[in-house]
Amino acid sequence: MTGLGGVDLGGVGLAATVGLPALGALTLALFPARLDRAARITGTVFAAATLVVGALLAVGAADHAGGWSAHRPAPVGAPGPRPWHELDLAWVPGLDLRFHLGVDGVSYPLVVLTALLTLLCCGHLLWRVPAPGRGRTLVALLLVVEVGILGTFLALDLVLFFLFFEVVLLPTYAVIAVWGGEDRRRAARKFALYTLFGSVLLLVGVLTVTTAAGTADLVALTGGAGLPRGTQLAAFTLLAIAFAVKSPLWPLHTWLPDAHTQAPTVGSVILAGVLLKMGTYGLIRVAVGVAPEGARRAAAVLGILAVAAILVGSLVCLAQTELKRLIAYSSVGHMGFVLLGIATLSATGLQAALIGNVAHGVITGLLFFLAGAVKDRAHTGDLADLGGLRESAPRLAGLLGFAAVASLGLPGLAGFWGEAFAVVAAWQRGGPLWTTLAGLAACGGALTAAYLLRLLRRVTHGPASPAVLTLTPRLAGAELAAWAPLVLLTLVLGLAPALVLGVTEAPVGALLEAIR
Amino acid sequence: MVGDVSQTVDNVALLPAYLAAGTAVLVLLADLAVARRGATLGAFVAGAAATGLAAVLVGLDGVRRTFCVGTACSYQATGRAALVGCLFALLSLGVLALSVPLLRAGEVPAGEYCFLLACSMTGGVVLGAAGDLITLVVALETLTLPLYVLVGLRRRGVAGAEAALTFFVVSVVATAVTLLGAALLYAATGVVHLSALGTALAAGPSPRESPLAVVGAVLVVCGLAFKVAAVPFHAWAPATYDGAPVPVAAYLSTASKLGGVVALLAVVGAGPGAAAASAPPAGSATPTPLPAEVTGPVLAVVAVLTMTVGNLVALRQRRMVRLLAWSSVAQAGYVLAPLGALALPAGRSPEALDTAVAAAVAYTIFFVLLELAAFAAVVALRPVAADGGEITDYQGAARRRPWIGAALVLALVGLAGLPPGLAGLFAKVVVVRSLLAGDAGWLAVVVALNAVVGLAYYVRVAAVLYAPEPAASRAGDEAAASTTPPEAAGPAARPDGSGSGPAAVRPAWAVVTALAVATVLAIVVGFAPQLVLSVSAM
Repeated sequence: MTGLGGVDLGGVGLAATVGLPALGALTLALFPARLDRAARITGTVFAAATLVVGALLAVGAADHAGGWSAHRPAPVGAPGPRPWHELDLAWVPGLDLRFHLGVDGVSYPLVVLTALLTLLCCGHLLWRVPAPGRGRTLVALLLVVEVGILGTFLALDLVLFFLFFEVVLLPTYAVIAVWGGEDRRRAARKFALYTLFGSVLLLVGVLTVTTAAGTADLVALTGGAGLPRGTQLAAFTLLAIAFAVKSPLWPLHTWLPDAHTQAPTVGSVILAGVLLKMGTYGLIRVAVGVAPEGARRAAAVLGILAVAAILVGSLVCLAQTELKRLIAYSSVGHMGFVLLGIATLSATGLQAALIGNVAHGVITGLLFFLAGAVKDRAHTGDLADLGGLRESAPRLAGLLGFAAVASLGLPGLAGFWGEAFAVVAAWQRGGPLWTTLAGLAACGGALTAAYLLRLLRRVTHGPASPAVLTLTPRLAGAELAAWAPLVLLTLVLGLAPALVLGVTEAPVGALLEAIR
Repeated sequence: MVGDVSQTVDNVALLPAYLAAGTAVLVLLADLAVARRGATLGAFVAGAAATGLAAVLVGLDGVRRTFCVGTACSYQATGRAALVGCLFALLSLGVLALSVPLLRAGEVPAGEYCFLLACSMTGGVVLGAAGDLITLVVALETLTLPLYVLVGLRRRGVAGAEAALTFFVVSVVATAVTLLGAALLYAATGVVHLSALGTALAAGPSPRESPLAVVGAVLVVCGLAFKVAAVPFHAWAPATYDGAPVPVAAYLSTASKLGGVVALLAVVGAGPGAAAASAPPAGSATPTPLPAEVTGPVLAVVAVLTMTVGNLVALRQRRMVRLLAWSSVAQAGYVLAPLGALALPAGRSPEALDTAVAAAVAYTIFFVLLELAAFAAVVALRPVAADGGEITDYQGAARRRPWIGAALVLALVGLAGLPPGLAGLFAKVVVVRSLLAGDAGWLAVVVALNAVVGLAYYVRVAAVLYAPEPAASRAGDEAAASTTPPEAAGPAARPDGSGSGPAAVRPAWAVVTALAVATVLAIVVGFAPQLVLSVSAM
């Protein structure tokens, strides 16, 4: 499509997808403090423009080899991702760093999800800014986070990938540390140090690969690029730990409950909705793609840890007494399913992981929005004080019930496909280990249902508690506007998973071809 | 020895050194004859600018050598020398700009201050071109000697005198150690020229069997490690930085540290212009002046200790300048880390050595830029002529002064090596990359993990800057007098009419300019790091 150095319309679109939120954040920084509302509106407009441009990246995908519906076998000699659009500019030759962006079926759904959730969060902030105010700065920080996440999903240069991976860290820290709950400082610091620990290992891993291969081009590197076995294993270990921290994979998950619980609603939505996906996306595209030999050797370990995450996450959830903390811990279990899918290294598993990623982003985003709405009204997140929500706020309780049922993986809703097929993929792998893992993961699925139903019983049913009786049941239009797209997507993805699977099928096939 | 007595001197090569020394004399004369602060400062600015410019022009002209004995030369105006000279001139200018409030408040005598700074700059300019151990040590001492006085030059307070004494004693010991090492090397080989030293050592008995040479090499490296404040030769730095006026602390942690790094690189890596100097037959690499088998392990150990100890101790600091001091100790560890790759055979190949030296130079450039910006922001946020103060004194500072606060956060985040401080991020990338290229993956992991520890304290300071202002500071300037140290509450601390906080004295424009220039440069090299990489690979 794109000649090296030449920039076509798709390239401009890619640059705009990353550039628009950056431009928005810069613009917001120049707004005077008294124009707070105008600044928030401007930020939301930039987020909306990003979503439009990001969604338009699919244009032109159909006539491409790695396209929308046309699944053709990978041409010999051209392994790796075959992006729909590419932008490839020289940046720092001394570090093998090129400004190389590209979008394909693996990254596209995540790009749209990121842009959508950021827009919804900005829209939500138009309506209400969490204490201590200064919504302008919060919107600007969300846009910077968006730059980092989108850049991570779009980067086709390993060093550039690392750069964007790092961009997210400090703005997220600030979002938690300034607008968070009572224990925000500690939670934010824990988040920053944990994730930096992950990303410095990512740096070493990325540079191990690039110095050994002499290039940082992800397209050329996918499939191992003839790297020696030892290098691949070392690189995979470093990269896997780095992404495991971000995803997060048990036992490196301990930053997550604190960060998600303490973050403001919009922070939790972005954190759970898309930030975690940087880890799983990186695992598929970078760790598995670049060091397949290492991935094969470490698959069993990864699978065991993933199943441990599912079981531990579910069991811990059963004992949680705080709404947001419960939802946060549920992410550990759900991401466990995604990682199990990746660990199988099969087409079914990777497809399950990709749709599970998107579904988790949509459902958990919705859950955190709802949890924020409940906490804003009842001024408590304690499950013991929240009984009887159905009595006083039936619509809110209904939506919470819908999201919880979607999260437990009811067939027909978005959560089902990823989790069911992760188990199927593990089962298909065969052998005593993977069969056991599939069985245990299925048990974990049952436990997921158990804790979410417990959540519903505690929160929506039973006699109304004093805190719930006094809350205002009316839902603001802004809230409904923020939730409606997520409810809709949960239904649509549940009924027509082909929307995501159709896009991911070809690149997953190509990836498996390349790493075989 | 062999050369004729009446050798010709290439005065063009020496031009930057002449100009730097001339600046010192000019400043002294201006102070005597005109006796006005403006004239003194003007003379310094003109002289330093001319020095920097001359260094660049001479550097562009190609390699020039002078004071040669055979093929070995004592003064080599190479590209690296031009870079070092230019950096020293710029850093001196920056530090002078930071010192303007101090001079204006009459805290230090302007003439003496500028003279000493210019002398120190002269040492730095010569250091970059030094081609033998003696010139190296003399240049380094010329760089350091004026600093003993500068540290203690303040008219009030004993902290400065204490700091100066600490610095003086430690530094003299370090110089003695370096000289002893140089003497032993001379005894073992009979040469002092860096370009001849490697060959002489390689030609003689293997270094392992020549204890004299090994001890000499280790002593030289250790002596120079004092100057970069590398652990375990670092103890002087925090006390000295904290006792010195903040601009002098800035000079110590940027220019003085740069001097140490340049000296270390000259003896450990290929000395300036070594490749062309002794001109060995093509194919055989020029040996490093000191045997890499000896210096490599020493440097690897020192680098690991330096970054780890520096970062861990910085975690517990309560005072701003001490925190910056410990952080700059840790940063010295990152600078030395690429040279630690010399510990392994794979790191000693000529290409790996070049990469390591270039990485160390590049990291140093990124570092001095960010460090100068950090110190400039500290000066701008503090009352005139105050010391660095406690970290809690900065609470809410970024809310009172958004731009200066943002610049300080950018510098700190850059030192931590994270976006948006892209300059610092690329600096870390360069170091880790060079280590991996030299097969020293373990050291790369140590560097990476240290970056995590580093973030913990940088982010603490950044959080304090953006924390809500303490209630006391809104009460007005009465509170200001109690929170500022006694020596600052002199004539300098004039209250500001706006009454918006304790440090609400408008910073001098020179300080703001220095801060702005350093910040803009940091942002520019953050987006175009290739500039620094190309320059440092010369």
